[in-house]
Amino acid sequence: MSDISRIHILHAAMVVALVICWFVLPVYHAGNLARIMVFAIYAMGYNLLFGYTGLLSLGHALFFGAGMYGLGLAMHLGGVSAGPGILAGLITALVVSGVVGFLALRTSGVAFMIVTLMFAQAGYLTVLLFGTYTRGDEGFVLPQATRALMGIDLSDAQNRYFAALILFAIVLFFIGWLVRTPFGRCLVAIRENEERARMLGYDITRHKLIAVILSGTISGLSGAAYCLLFGSAQAAFAAVPYSIFPLLYVLLGGMGTTIGPFVGTLFMFYLIDWSGGNMMVAGVVLVALALFAPTGILGEIRRRFIPWLP
Amino acid sequence: MAAVNILETKGLTKTYGGLDANYNVDFTLKRGEIHALIGPNGAGKSTFVGMISGRIPATRGKVWFDGADVTRLPAHKRISLGIAYTFQITSVFGKLPVRENVALAVRRIRGRDRQAVRAKVDGVLERVGLTEQADQLAGDLSYGHQRVLEIAMGLAQNPELFILDEPTQGLALPEVEAFMQLVKDLRGETTILLIEHNMNVVMEVSDSLTVLNNGEVLARGTPGEIRANADVQAAYLGGA
Repeated sequence: MSDISRIHILHAAMVVALVICWFVLPVYHAGNLARIMVFAIYAMGYNLLFGYTGLLSLGHALFFGAGMYGLGLAMHLGGVSAGPGILAGLITALVVSGVVGFLALRTSGVAFMIVTLMFAQAGYLTVLLFGTYTRGDEGFVLPQATRALMGIDLSDAQNRYFAALILFAIVLFFIGWLVRTPFGRCLVAIRENEERARMLGYDITRHKLIAVILSGTISGLSGAAYCLLFGSAQAAFAAVPYSIFPLLYVLLGGMGTTIGPFVGTLFMFYLIDWSGGNMMVAGVVLVALALFAPTGILGEIRRRFIPWLP
Repeated sequence: MAAVNILETKGLTKTYGGLDANYNVDFTLKRGEIHALIGPNGAGKSTFVGMISGRIPATRGKVWFDGADVTRLPAHKRISLGIAYTFQITSVFGKLPVRENVALAVRRIRGRDRQAVRAKVDGVLERVGLTEQADQLAGDLSYGHQRVLEIAMGLAQNPELFILDEPTQGLALPEVEAFMQLVKDLRGETTILLIEHNMNVVMEVSDSLTVLNNGEVLARGTPGEIRANADVQAAYLGGA
């Protein structure tokens, strides 16, 4: 069997397993899983830039927030329905990531981290500044009646779970496809040796900009989905911790792997859940992982057992 | 109609903090020629080819490639016009397989046609003798094989002008001989601009050569003429 068909089977099996999970898991865990899938979309978007292109951003909460408030404000203040709301969230994230990418890519390395961090802080403060509309830290709630798409009530636990799963599957297959295209291979080449890639005739700046925009828009999709499925938008989602979470998810799960972001999100979520919010326990586990599996859970599995892992 | 001169420079100058690494270099290279660039360490050879390939921006002067002024083009555009470049210090994608290294070079040109890419990659690997190593990681190759891989990545682009910056540096004797054979085989396929310290290689493979000294052109001619040139002997070949 070729590696490509193995990868398709792996991704499909994962989606099927998640479908089964809804029917076999207790309600509490199924609810968690819906949330985890939404955040895994965020992590997959982040992974495209960090894991595949090698660009470390500390400001992705800006894109997550752009999607969240793009959808949230359009529905809350603009009175649009969920469909156009999602579109508004995606477009907001696309525009914001385009502008930030264009400006931030004039720098690299540590400077890129700082510039993205600063942009995200500016975004967070903007949300607070316009508190009249955004209601700042307190946030706002989308009325249950508006949270419906094509007549399906997305506030219902089962509908919500499968909506999250559909979005997750779309992004998973999209990334799985993208990283095998010539464009995706070039991103990996940039990560591995930027100067060599440039001297093979690739337009590095253009590739990086597209990577930022794709990564930012996928992150925005996650933010919009969160707002729609869980019904609220709060400034906290645009703050620094939400820029760090996807970095942790990806590092834990395995950077530059297609399913690593999901594994990392799942692991992190339950690590905090089981340790009862005891950050000391969570911290020790994270340090241990960083020491003994520096390439993340999937990275380690790939290195030891399954070399074809995407 | 393609220009007779594949490459031409006029007044090419690079100044680093008041020091001229290259000063007013006028240079022409005929299509199909194998031309060597020699000169003592610090003569400005790498700077010169850096300005041709676009890695290093020129302080002054102009570069024409195939009759077109490329002075203001960024490196990736010049490469896509048909210049291939190998680095003085080996630069491959160490964590990617050998095959993928070459495929990256091919894909820029052949894009999505997977079969054409694969066929080209196989052909190039066979030509340079890396078929057996195709699935190894480039970083696991021996130093000599990594240099060969770099040449393969250049060849894979079917360049009109192939710039090789000290390709034989650090190679063992048999590897140098294999390299010379490869260059001779390329005669007629592409134009080669070669920076080289190994005089045996220079004298044997090149049609003509240019000697740089202190950033300026000291002499230019056939290997025989250069060997007989008193200035060159004084500056470079170890005195009269």
